[in-house]
Amino acid sequence: MTKTTLTRFCLLASACALLSAAPVAGWSQDRAPAAPEPSQPVVQKKAETVQLRPVSDFDAIEDETERSIAIFEETGKVLLHPRCVNCHPAGNVPLQTMAMTPHQPPVVRGDANFGVPGLMCNTCHGPENVKVVGQTEDILSIPGNPNWHLAPIEMAWQGRSLGEICEQIKDTDRNGGKTLAELIEHMAEDDLVGWGWNPGEGREPVPGTQEAFGDLYKAWAATGAHCPAP
Amino acid sequence: MVSFTLNGEERRFDGDPETPLLWVIRDAERLTGTKYGCGIAQCGACTVHVDGMTRRSCITPIADLEGSSVTTIEAVSGREAEAVQTAWTAIDVPQCGYCQSGQIMSAVSLLQMNPAPSDADIDAAMAGNICRCATYQRIRQAIHDAASSLEG
Ligand code: FES
Ligand code: FES
Repeated sequence: MTKTTLTRFCLLASACALLSAAPVAGWSQDRAPAAPEPSQPVVQKKAETVQLRPVSDFDAIEDETERSIAIFEETGKVLLHPRCVNCHPAGNVPLQTMAMTPHQPPVVRGDANFGVPGLMCNTCHGPENVKVVGQTEDILSIPGNPNWHLAPIEMAWQGRSLGEICEQIKDTDRNGGKTLAELIEHMAEDDLVGWGWNPGEGREPVPGTQEAFGDLYKAWAATGAHCPAP
Repeated sequence: MVSFTLNGEERRFDGDPETPLLWVIRDAERLTGTKYGCGIAQCGACTVHVDGMTRRSCITPIADLEGSSVTTIEAVSGREAEAVQTAWTAIDVPQCGYCQSGQIMSAVSLLQMNPAPSDADIDAAMAGNICRCATYQRIRQAIHDAASSLEG
């Protein structure tokens, strides 16, 4: 008998021994008693909701320029949040997660900030967030919005300071040609901006509400739209 | 009830509107050429065309498809699809084949929009289609071959 056949024979023999020894009731079990619980998607713990301070909180600052800057700095809680910066990357690859890691699968920007032929953004991102049920522990939904796309490269925020971003979003060459009024409306009303507060299951939303964020922008504009030092 | 076109035929689906398109295609329609790999838009095995664009069917709720036209590997047609099929068989691209219907749907879409893709164009277009057998070199070659056959 060769070594392999011998091993196989022994395995069979021990299996038979086990079989005859096993109590019949044991066979009604689906899983071995020692097996861990079947895997289920974990319920992620809710990130603590960070609020935005209301405009009135800044009334005490007498100097208007300083007040304007302080209000803008408050909006920075949103602007610098990964949920916003992930789609304003400095390169040609969108980012994802709170750790701002490169998008997986490795998609690229493309001519229209909407991916490339064969792999456009809407290959995966539909008009709304889609819940993913029971597939994995860490991807609980695929984000979506009717206007899903990457911010153009001139609107890149990744790696910039709040002061730099402030100058950038006022600069019509780098903000899509928006007047200050249009910029404020964009912040307060735009649906894709609003996605940040409704990013789908498994993703931490940006602080506050879009309404509170919009109010801060209106107050910032009304106080002269001053920027923090870069 | 969702009404849509599947491979040119009117279809209806009256199950849970959140059912992923992949499940409708495979389980309800019994078209098993489209594969399940990950269920989370990470592998590309489930790629179909929706209104002419690539779409990962595993994360597309059927409710989104009201009035849309879906094409699967079973029915993809036209010049580009023929060129891809010829190029694929000529050099035997598939190994186990599991990922290939997704690869082909992406490749056809790429060629429809870019008839002469560079290596970089191909890599970017195919980046979301994973092949466990690593047939990437042959996939890229076959796409170039299909592109040159379309030139004539
Ligand atoms: S099964 Fe849809 S991308 Fe993997
Ligand atoms: S051919 Fe086997 S996974 Fe691609």
